[in-house]
Order: sequence, then structure tokens, then C-alpha cells
Amino acid sequence: MTNAIEIQSATRTFGRTTALDGVSFAVPEGSICGLLGRNGAGKTTIMSIIAGQDRPTSGRVEVLGHRPFENESVLSRISFVRDNQRYPDNYRLGHVLRIAPEFAPNWNADVAAELVEGFRIPTRTDIKKFSRGQLSSVAIVLGLASRAAVTLLDEPYLGLDVTARALFHDMLLRDYTAHPRTVLLSTHLIEESEKLFDRVVVVDRGRVRVDSDVDEARDLAFTLSGTTAAVDELARRHTVLRSHTVSGLKSVTVLGAADDAVRADADGLGARLAPASLQDLVAAFGEEGSEPIEEGARA
Amino acid sequence: MFVDKGPAFQQLAAKIADEIVAGTYPEGTAVPSATDFAVFHQMNPATASKGVNLLVEMGALYKKRGIGMFVAAGARDLLRSQRREEFRKQYMEPLLREARVLEIDVAELHHMIDEHEEDET
Repeated sequence: MTNAIEIQSATRTFGRTTALDGVSFAVPEGSICGLLGRNGAGKTTIMSIIAGQDRPTSGRVEVLGHRPFENESVLSRISFVRDNQRYPDNYRLGHVLRIAPEFAPNWNADVAAELVEGFRIPTRTDIKKFSRGQLSSVAIVLGLASRAAVTLLDEPYLGLDVTARALFHDMLLRDYTAHPRTVLLSTHLIEESEKLFDRVVVVDRGRVRVDSDVDEARDLAFTLSGTTAAVDELARRHTVLRSHTVSGLKSVTVLGAADDAVRADADGLGARLAPASLQDLVAAFGEEGSEPIEEGARA
Repeated sequence: MFVDKGPAFQQLAAKIADEIVAGTYPEGTAVPSATDFAVFHQMNPATASKGVNLLVEMGALYKKRGIGMFVAAGARDLLRSQRREEFRKQYMEPLLREARVLEIDVAELHHMIDEHEEDET
């Protein structure tokens, strides 16, 4: 399978701040990939670099086999709306919808119209007066109606109500199956979006912590909970990513797949063992001092 | 809906299997396509295909090229016998474990089942 996006050892510094620190990952063509991590982890910087709106200080980025920066033939096949996208002061929805096809050769007005109606985006209000949720709706219209080969959705859910989120999922999947494309989607709403993904990339403090098939991500970590003594005993042989204690009880998220031996030990000590959800995993990697998962754990 | 109980593709396969056992999809009839399942359950299309293919590998579904996916003859019995095996693990083990915690002995458990059965009928 060819990769739509390939990033190799990308580092991006802003003055003394290192936003990306040797980021490498690839997204296969046709994948819907989740880009997960805390605020400030580097998600938007990664997307800007993929979209050719920024360049890594060092390292390489290729989109559809070419470097995107100032490369018109590639840029016309990428859609990227930042989570804090600004619009000209006097713009209303109609202005945006009129100008969008100029940047998106595959623009589909029917998709746009269906979303505008479903999201109930106001047409007579200046965009600068839009609520957070309405701005998110506009970004989703641009992202999906562009039908771009590489679609980057940066926090598409911000401020969206539950009906709008379902509409977004529905439209994304329907239009994706009719017109397959590569989608990279960043979000904090992990439980709600994880079943959309076939791959996930977890970043923290500018580094890739997890780069995995979504099914394999289930085997990357598990949680142990029970009495502090039992959990400490069980966790001794594992790398603890995150721990949580409350008066004699302890819960830890540890790295690796749970094998029969640890299951038996947990049973014997009366501790509970459960697979770490994707949300647990992202939370664990977002804590201070966690170490990256090395090559062996990658898909 | 798809959280905490095995990978999403297995959950979809289990859900389709449930419907086959329940008779919603009779043997010899078509089931929705993987794409339809993906949109309906708002899940990744590749994941949905994986779930459907699991049932194809088991012999519960078969593909008719260019037409779609159909429930195989004998699929109900196949899935039912498989679920009987899982019954022990999924229902008996937790039942007995909880009974031990509550100090319900086996005789009392038998009695409770009989009593419940009478109430139901």
C-alpha cells in the first residue's frame, strides 16, 4: 500500500521552543487516521507541515509522493482548515462557499449544501460573529465538500452539538465510501471518534508515542486495579505509564499486552485487569515522564 | 457502543451473528454491505469489512461476486453451536463467581434458577 503522507524525522523549532522533535510516521492512502494528544502536543504543527503552510526546521515531509511546500500540484489536492481559521471581516457563509471551489478542484456543491442545511449554519450573519460550533461547522463543510485526496481535519468537533457530530460522522463515512480519500483527524473526543479510525498516531510534547493500527493499539497497554499492595506487586515487572492512588487502592496503566501469566497473577491477588482503552492510552502518554513506545510496538 | 469489549471489527461480527441467530437475516438472503454497516454504525469502512470477512471465514456468510453478501445455509446452527461453547465462559463463570462472593451455594443457585423459570412461564 502506498503512503499518502510520509513524515521522516521532522523537527520544528520556534525560537527556543521545540514544537516537533524528530516526528516520523506515515499514513497509508485511503486511511482514516486519528491524530491524538494533549493541547500543545504538536498536532496542529504537524498538520500545517503536511498542508505546506509551514516547513520543518529539519526532516522530510512528503504528501502524495511530493514535498508540499509551495508545490501547487500537491496543494490543490490537500484540504486543511485550522481549528482557529480566520475569515475576512465582512464575510458571510455565501462568500466562503463561492470562493472555496477556487482552491478545491473536486469541490462538490451538493455535499456543501447538505451539510449547511444539516448544521443549520446561518447565512445572513457575518462569520466573525459565529459561535465556536458554527465555525466548526463551516470548517467541516470546507473539509468534506473539497473532496481533497488528503483531508486534514483539525479538531472538527469543537463546540459542535451531538446532532451535528452525528451528521459529521455520517457525511464523512458516506462521502468517503463513494469517494475514498486519506483523512487525518485530530480530536480530544477519543471515545466518540475512535471507531472512525483504522490507524492512530499519538503525540506528546512534539514526539510520536504511538503509531499503530487501531486494533493493535488495544494491545499496547492495559490497566491493573486493586489494593495498592497487589497492584504494586503486579506492576513490578512492567513499565508503568500512569498511576492513580486513593486510600489503599491503586490503578495503573502499564505498557504492553496482558499475557496469561499476568492474568493468572492478577486473579490470584484479587486485582482487576482490563485492556486500556484508546482514551486511557492517550491520557497515560500525556502524563509527565512517559517514554515513547519503540519500534517493536509499531505496526 | 463499541468500547471495552474487544476490537470494533469483532463487535460488528458479533452483532451480525446475533441477527443471523435471531432470524433477522434468514439463510440464503442478502445482508447489508460492509459499507452500509460502516455508515449505519458510524465506523471505519475497513474495520467493517474486517468484521464481515470474519463471518465469511467462519462460513456463516458468503460472497456472490458483484451482487453482495449472503447468509450461508446452516449459518444459524453453526453460530448457535459456537455460542453454546461461549455460554460457559460468558455466563456460567461470572454467575458462579458472583454466587461464591455472595455465599450462595450450588443447591440454592439451582433453586433460584427453577424459581425464576417458573416465574417466566
